[in-house]
Amino acid sequence: MSADGHMEIPFTVRPRPDTGLYNGKLGVWLFLASEVMLFGALFSSLILIRTGSPTPWPEGWKELHVYPAMINTFVLIASSVFVIMAWANLRLRKPNVARMWIAATLLCGFAFMGIKAYEYSLSFEHHHFPKTNNFFAIYFTMTGLHGLHVLGGMVVFAYFLTKGWKMHEHEYQRFTNRIEIVGLYWHFVDLVWIFLFPTLYLL
Amino acid sequence: MSDHAIEQHEDHEHHDDHDSPENIQKEIRKYLGVFLALAAGTILTVWVRLGPLHLPEGQAILVALIIAFVKGSLVALFFMHLLSEKKLIYSVLILTVVFFAVLMYLPVTEVLGKFGYK
Repeated sequence: MSADGHMEIPFTVRPRPDTGLYNGKLGVWLFLASEVMLFGALFSSLILIRTGSPTPWPEGWKELHVYPAMINTFVLIASSVFVIMAWANLRLRKPNVARMWIAATLLCGFAFMGIKAYEYSLSFEHHHFPKTNNFFAIYFTMTGLHGLHVLGGMVVFAYFLTKGWKMHEHEYQRFTNRIEIVGLYWHFVDLVWIFLFPTLYLL
Repeated sequence: MSDHAIEQHEDHEHHDDHDSPENIQKEIRKYLGVFLALAAGTILTVWVRLGPLHLPEGQAILVALIIAFVKGSLVALFFMHLLSEKKLIYSVLILTVVFFAVLMYLPVTEVLGKFGYK
């Protein structure tokens, strides 16, 4: 219990002796484990639908727009480096530099969503919608769900740049840990895209 | 000892060589190296598919998945620090891999059947 009578959440900063981890980090890894199953189920569905398709499966590189998606791959990879730079600079006790990297990560999020919107608009122009066929149904489902995850990460980064930024003034290590765990989430989103890109666009 | 007391007790043990500025600078150089490898992997993936190789479907799938697996491993090992994590994280991930393998069993046997390996 803190001096002002509020209940304090334990192990938000230091590792628990039994797990060796602070609670947030274990929590985010458990969440990511559930996310593996969520995207795994969709990849599993894609393989089954493609293998069992009675008609020839459309080739992604002919139906979709490979180069915008390739640029998006670079954007996400770069954003993964930016968020880890933010964490490294917080550990170096350079919060203002870290803030710049968080902002750069958020900008990458906007760039990714902008390019994705452009790509969707090109598909719509060609009258390719989720109802068109199984290929486009699974393409829009998987990239749409992935896009929602990007959006979720962007909301968190925007929070840390604005209201949540104040925490670094009085709970520096806790703030640093928060950036570490949102970084883990963001790397996972990048990881999913690394598999989505060749699976949907190039095969 | 309460949780909070344990946290305070462990404060002095937390900062070690891992957090020294030299080590962090080394880590940053490593991250930049991984970034270059990931970028090169992305270009290679596109080149293998759209370049002059014209691989058959089965080989194209295999090559694309191998490159994606290598890239994914780099992200997990270096960016997500799985090279040096706590035992509990590895336990969680091993359990995840087991469930993921069960999930993939049916589709993978279907694919193998399609290519005549059933």
